[in-house]
Amino acid sequence: MYAFNYHRPSSLDDAAKLLSSASDGKFLAGGQTLLPTLKQRLASPSDVIDLTGIPQLSGITVSGSAVTIGATTRHAAVAASAEVKKAIPALAKLASGIGDPQVRNMGTLGGSIANNDPAADYPAAVLGLCATVHTNKRTIAADDFFTGMFETALEEGEIVTKVEFPIPKRAGYVKFPNPASRYVMVGAFVAETADGIRVAINGAGPCVFRHTEMEAALAKNFSPDALKGIRTDPAGMNNDIHASAEYRAHLVGVMARRAVEAALG
Amino acid sequence: MTISVTMTVNGQSVTREVEPRTLLVQFLREHLGLTGTHIGCDTSQCGACVVHVDGRSVKSCTILAAQAQGANVTTIEGLAANGQLHPMQEAFREHHALQCGFCTPGMIMSAIDLVQRNPNPSEETVRHELEGNLCRCTGYHNIVKAVMAGAQAMRG
Ligand SMILES: Cc1cc2nc3c(=O)[nH]c(=O)nc-3n(C[C@H](O)[C@H](O)[C@H](O)COP(=O)(O)OP(=O)(O)OC[C@H]3O[C@@H](n4cnc5c(N)ncnc54)[C@H](O)[C@@H]3O)c2cc1C
Ligand code: FES
Ligand code: FES
Repeated sequence: MYAFNYHRPSSLDDAAKLLSSASDGKFLAGGQTLLPTLKQRLASPSDVIDLTGIPQLSGITVSGSAVTIGATTRHAAVAASAEVKKAIPALAKLASGIGDPQVRNMGTLGGSIANNDPAADYPAAVLGLCATVHTNKRTIAADDFFTGMFETALEEGEIVTKVEFPIPKRAGYVKFPNPASRYVMVGAFVAETADGIRVAINGAGPCVFRHTEMEAALAKNFSPDALKGIRTDPAGMNNDIHASAEYRAHLVGVMARRAVEAALG
Repeated sequence: MTISVTMTVNGQSVTREVEPRTLLVQFLREHLGLTGTHIGCDTSQCGACVVHVDGRSVKSCTILAAQAQGANVTTIEGLAANGQLHPMQEAFREHHALQCGFCTPGMIMSAIDLVQRNPNPSEETVRHELEGNLCRCTGYHNIVKAVMAGAQAMRG
């Protein structure tokens, strides 16, 4: 790891100022992605700005219509929250399957979506539930947030503060985990929301995406059978040592059917 | 540039001047000489380095010492009390849950955290909860047995 300066501001304003005055600043939340990256010398920031000292970024609140989770809330807290389990069980289940207990004890929601790893879990819930991402500057709709492989709509220095997940009528999430890392090979988040049926697929392509053909089929008939016969084109799917594009395309159908079953309970 | 980091390790307050890039595992091993916490990989995957920070198990190779400023840290050295092994350590010995012993400190720290959250875990829960700890020797079978027995002993 290259040397850097470390800061732990206690307000959002100070964090934003520290970043803009650094020659190459990076925010740090749980560090479960950033520290491995630094250890491999894939990044060499001049300044690391720890966001976990900002009290308002952490915590879970549940209203009648939404579950709102602060950016530095750890995966383990979401997985264990009785309120989240009751309001959106699929979201608690997703959090409980991220990595391993030690990763869940450090990793955060904000870090996960800001990083937008194609194999990350949370992006599927954000897109599948039509969530709203709040930052220190504005709000961003899920459909506009994830823009490409490791790319988001966040501007330089913009800080995710919280994510507001509307409570769906029902939802299910199933992933085929990589057996070594538990990262997503292919996952599907299916939800019946106020905006209709949403199917978000992660792990399969370079970026989480909505499967509109499946959404249309499920809108007519919300059952696993409705997805039979829908083929997913392997063109553009991820192809690596873990799985070929063809295999991933096949898994999209399998995971989506299982997610519908999970949503039906 | 160095920064001053203060934390409580195994009940003792310690302060050291360190570079900001110092990992907690380096702080423990190199600055405090607590070499019971091991480093088995460089990829945050093996769990040989697991310690407790404010009661939660974390991979000490994937947290900066600075992030543990003010925290209460427990390492494998901090478990035995008055010359008596912790019940989980005793269960690992009793059930032959180690061969080379390299993974053992991390396994035990993860096992204690999992029992604190699930006092009466099923075998399936134990296997699932140990996903962050790799062992190259035992095939896990006796580790799972030891954790079940250790859980029972911790329930008292
Ligand atoms: C062994 C292992 C297994 C894992 N398995 C999984 C898995 O199965 N599924 C999965 O989804 N993830 C997995 N992860 C990743 C884990 O969930 C990370 O915690 C997560 O991707 C990043 O969150 P973090 O809080 O650790 O962020 P950091 O590592 O601290 O930061 C990641 C990036 O996000 C930026 N950032 C952080 N917070 C904010 C914010 N509030 N606003 C703007 N930018 C911010 C940082 O600058 C950095 O670029 C795994 C990690 C490890 C080490
Ligand atoms: S040394 Fe920390 S996970 Fe391997
Ligand atoms: S006993 Fe050798 S690695 Fe586990």
